Amino acid sequence: MARRAQPVSSVIWAGVAVAALVLALTLGTLAAVFWRAETLSALGPADWAAVRFTAMQALLSAALSVALAVPVARALARRRFPGRGLLITLLGAPFILPVIVAVLGLLAVFGRSGLVSDALVWAGFDPLNIYGLTGVVLAHVFFNLPLATRLILQGWLSIPAERFRLAASLGFAPGDIARVLERPMLRAVLPGAFVVIFVICTTSFAVALTLGGGPRATTVELAIYQAFRFEFDLSRAALLSTVQFAMSAVAAGLALWVAVPAMTGAGLDRLVERWDARGAALRAQDALWLLAVALFLLTPLGMVVLGGLRGLADLPVSVLQAALRSVLVSLGSALLMLCLALPMALAVVRLGHGLASNLLEGVGALAIAASSLVIGTGLFILIFPIADPQALALPVTALVNAVMSLPFALRALIPALRDIEGAYGRLADSLDMRGWVRVRLLLLPRLRRPLGFALGLAAALSMGDLGVIALFADPQEATLPLQLYRLMSAYRMEQAAGAALLLLGLSLGLFWLFDRGGRLRADT
Amino acid sequence: MLILEKLVIGHEGFELRADLSIAPGARVAVIGPSGAGKSTLLDAIAGFLPPKSGRVIFQGRDLGPLAPGERPVSMLFQDNNLFPHLSAAQNVALGLRPNLRLSKAEWQAVEACLDHVGLAGFGARKPGALSGGQRSRVALARVLLRDRPLMLLDEPFSALGPALKAEMLALVRELAVETGATLLMVTHDPGDAVMIGDQTVLVAEGQVHAPVETGELFSDPPEALRAYLG
Repeated sequence: MARRAQPVSSVIWAGVAVAALVLALTLGTLAAVFWRAETLSALGPADWAAVRFTAMQALLSAALSVALAVPVARALARRRFPGRGLLITLLGAPFILPVIVAVLGLLAVFGRSGLVSDALVWAGFDPLNIYGLTGVVLAHVFFNLPLATRLILQGWLSIPAERFRLAASLGFAPGDIARVLERPMLRAVLPGAFVVIFVICTTSFAVALTLGGGPRATTVELAIYQAFRFEFDLSRAALLSTVQFAMSAVAAGLALWVAVPAMTGAGLDRLVERWDARGAALRAQDALWLLAVALFLLTPLGMVVLGGLRGLADLPVSVLQAALRSVLVSLGSALLMLCLALPMALAVVRLGHGLASNLLEGVGALAIAASSLVIGTGLFILIFPIADPQALALPVTALVNAVMSLPFALRALIPALRDIEGAYGRLADSLDMRGWVRVRLLLLPRLRRPLGFALGLAAALSMGDLGVIALFADPQEATLPLQLYRLMSAYRMEQAAGAALLLLGLSLGLFWLFDRGGRLRADT
Repeated sequence: MLILEKLVIGHEGFELRADLSIAPGARVAVIGPSGAGKSTLLDAIAGFLPPKSGRVIFQGRDLGPLAPGERPVSMLFQDNNLFPHLSAAQNVALGLRPNLRLSKAEWQAVEACLDHVGLAGFGARKPGALSGGQRSRVALARVLLRDRPLMLLDEPFSALGPALKAEMLALVRELAVETGATLLMVTHDPGDAVMIGDQTVLVAEGQVHAPVETGELFSDPPEALRAYLG
């Protein structure tokens, strides 16, 4: 287009500068860890155990999530029922659900004194013990089964309705449809869904911290935390950071190789008309799956709400202070995310399609595989000589959280920006709207919806994050998730339940506020 | 005078040649089969598409180095001529200052232009609250306000009904006469060509033909035009 005649614009420089900052935070911090680790020892037996456990739990979590998601997605694709839209929305919720809240809910259902254990004891069996591999995998499935379901549902809905109509006119039985239409689709979609979930589970920290632990259930991330926080053994932390980075790199390489499905989230309310699946047995089967998944997702959340209502009345002041800190951190993090995402998205779109734009986008996506613990360790090392890291705990948390939500923000902003430039770019060019004027008068107003969504996501993710803050925080400056973890560790369960409900409300509330703000009065 | 000097425009595997001049103040219809390159020709003049070779010269000045917004051109596209999040008055005002920082007198000029196209009092409305015809009028008010000597219209009224389209063409003709601007309008309807004015340029088979009097052209159409008219 005509813009190529212009010199490399300030928009591109700003984007490149931000990308360099993101690169420094993700890869630079790893270098800092290396630099500080004087000698790199070999991996000890405990380290190998952590590597094995990380890989094993990620494999199991991904396999289970994907396997269970197939029948659920199939049922959602071919059944119309009241509450279908609500269930699909609910499937998006775990994304902004604080991990520690979900863990508390899962404990209330599957824990030693949870609902299921109570029933087992009543029937004369032993109560469940979910600490360890079981609990880690359970929590990961809780978080990723909905994601897998949405990805696979997208696959189902991508099969043109005409094919099902043709199949019906040819008298296909459900088995024929599965062979001719559904299995080819699943073969294309499942590897991508599996890899995405595998990648997410390899960088799991909060789940392992709360439900794992001990020599037999420690992830590499947790091992970094322990080496750093309890032993202050930087060379071991560095070594483990390298291992974590290598695992992430391998997983990310896999993701590039299998073509990860894009999460559009749009159009999931469509329904596939199915003439073959009207039999009573298939209907009962679908109903059972939907009921099971709804119960699996809703019961823990219901328990958090029920248990929390009692504790909410007399929350200790420390929890309220932590909540205030968390709100500030999350708002700051959302703002920082905007300062990172907007210049990068603008530069990516301005560069058009090509190597430079792909590279920039790749840097933004790096944080998906990056580990917040590695970033945190590196920042601690860098800050330590010049300032008190504990004093900077909250700003650092906000910054790291902003980087972690960057990939999702870019996923929302870049396609939207491309659409705006496609529809209005030439008009803006012909009116000589350039630089900041173009951003202020054209791009920002038309980006309201994706911006609101991205800000809401960043705020909610930061609100519920229990990662970097655990490395840095001193006891007086905890965020709400950290304070909640402390209450749980001290077995003050009633207060913990109240704090969990507060955290849940704040996370969902912040997301709702931003997302809603983006939709209000958005002229289309 | 608008001169297309040995202009060669290439776009996704096809090539269009133009070597002609258009008199100042002429109102010219650009006609031809779809896919012949009518819009491509306008894009090249407006600066959206750099030519492979040749020059676009207007009033003795080579437009080549100028970005689209710097050219002496007002352009109306097929769609998306207004920003839906800005009011009618703001959309018009962009024609004067892209940053929307207008003085009081300039805002009055905006109002006067809206008044001129029959939209007095509609300034505060957003495009979503206007009819298709009214939206076209807002876009024309901006063309009037910009007062650039070259008006390029790329079938901006093709979504309107016949009566409304005739009304808009009359308004365009009036504005062009009033401002003395040179007008190039892409259309696929010979009726439009007659309505807009003097001359017609035929774009067919990779060639932009020199302008001819519209009446003459249609009374004795050349081979390429005959094939198009059927």
